[in-house]
Amino acid sequence: MGAPVRTIAAADWRADFPALNQSVHGQPLVYLDSAASAQQPGAVIDAVARYQREDHANVHRGVHTLSQRATEAYEGARDKVREFINAGSRTEVVLTSGTTEAINLVAQSFCRPRLAPGDKILITHLEHHANIVPWQLVCEQTGAELVVAPINDKGEVELDRMLELIDDKVFLIGIAHVANALGTVCPLDEVIEQARQRGIPVLVDGAQGVPHLDVDVQALGCDFYAFSGHKMFGPTGTGVLYGREELLESMPPWQGGGDMILEVSFEKTIYNELPYKFEAGTPNISGVVGLGAAIDYLQAIGMANIASYEQELHDYMVAELQKVEGIRLIGEARHKASAQSFLLDDIHSHDLGTILDHQGVAIRTGHHCAMPLMQRFGLSGTARASLAFYNNRDDVDRLVAALGKAKEIFA
Amino acid sequence: MTATARDMQDLYRELVLDHSRNPRHFGRLEDATHTADGINPLCGDKLRLYLRVDDAGNIESSSFEGSGCAISVASASLLTDAVTGLPVEQARRCCATVAERLAGDESAELASNLEKLRALDGVRQYPSRIKCATLAWHALRSALNHDAVPATTE
Repeated sequence: MGAPVRTIAAADWRADFPALNQSVHGQPLVYLDSAASAQQPGAVIDAVARYQREDHANVHRGVHTLSQRATEAYEGARDKVREFINAGSRTEVVLTSGTTEAINLVAQSFCRPRLAPGDKILITHLEHHANIVPWQLVCEQTGAELVVAPINDKGEVELDRMLELIDDKVFLIGIAHVANALGTVCPLDEVIEQARQRGIPVLVDGAQGVPHLDVDVQALGCDFYAFSGHKMFGPTGTGVLYGREELLESMPPWQGGGDMILEVSFEKTIYNELPYKFEAGTPNISGVVGLGAAIDYLQAIGMANIASYEQELHDYMVAELQKVEGIRLIGEARHKASAQSFLLDDIHSHDLGTILDHQGVAIRTGHHCAMPLMQRFGLSGTARASLAFYNNRDDVDRLVAALGKAKEIFA
Repeated sequence: MTATARDMQDLYRELVLDHSRNPRHFGRLEDATHTADGINPLCGDKLRLYLRVDDAGNIESSSFEGSGCAISVASASLLTDAVTGLPVEQARRCCATVAERLAGDESAELASNLEKLRALDGVRQYPSRIKCATLAWHALRSALNHDAVPATTE
């Protein structure tokens, strides 16, 4: 997107992230937990602070100067999101508190009024709880059935089986772009193509896609695409639901309150137009300003550059981890991004997490909010190292060295 | 020795590693009179504690099964060592003492049967791991109270 592909040292970017420049337990921090939440560049932190110091007021309401500045900053960020994911129109960009709210919005506003007993929601076995539980809830409410497409031992969606499951009873398909626990890149093109032939809407959980891949929702052809600001180097409490205008138009509001109305009387309320119909109440203005700044920052580097740099680093990480005696990689899909789950000997992942933390290496341990996936592999949890473009080979080497120490302690 | 290695050895003391590798009283207790599950929902640690209490109100035997990190397994193993043979009321008091001590209350004196639990003192420096150490003790209290719902650390 824009920026020419170039070879850049990650050190250039790393210095932009103040939180990475610190020691933990006396050792320089190695942050390998970006899939849980990514660090923020100074540009984002400063943009939020500047907004708070100079421009803050409520949006869409006042005629005074600060309110106009706040509105411009907030709506400006929406325009940046639109461009970033190549949505057709800003009316298709609904700002939410995160991926979770975005998926719940679709479940409750799009699905709930239309689902009938016998209908199906199809997901995969790789999903995060946020792309499972909202569908379970709406299935309970309507009598619809949740159907799960299987995965193989490498952690890949069994595409043939999934395509077979797409029948006329399927009302909607929910699928991750990139699986958070295993890093698997899912076969969106094939699934979306098949779904389109049958007129079945597809929601993509893009929480782990947007930070690592060049996302173009129109090229993907999905109907909904949900993602979070804090995983793409922006503030927590921000997120986006992209939805095709035709579908969003057809949906009732999700929550009622201020900002989502045109006119209210006790007899009848006329809802606001898109996308405000789905944004009740005062939004997370400063967070969205930060999200806009995160997009500016990413656009300056170029998502294609980020994706290619990370791919090379991910391959290096996998190769180095495979050299560790006693390691078992969980998730060996052909197409992966950012994350690698693993186990070491019979050391429990939490013990591993604590021992690594003591060497300044931050990883995630446990079930990664994907308990059904863990059950699929007969595990209670894994250790997971996840990369962002601010990581480098030294980080991977530190991870591998720290695993060596863990082996010594548990020898 | 580096500070890191020292700190880690304080958490993963030899006694803790020994009990986690070779947990005592591990397995199902067939004629249990009391049983309870302990679940640490954030970590996924799960254990089931079994007690056989005799007519006089003494814990005749105890065991546990399940899976978890070294800290939670060692704590459960030490628990079964500590409470076997105790009157129920005394076992109840142990739950409170251990919880207080792991939460950092130095004045919570450990009776002689709980002496080995000093090995778990290292977790106090790790707020996220304290609940690993307390999980089995929550389950013990639930078992003694015949609680129907699993004990959780949350």
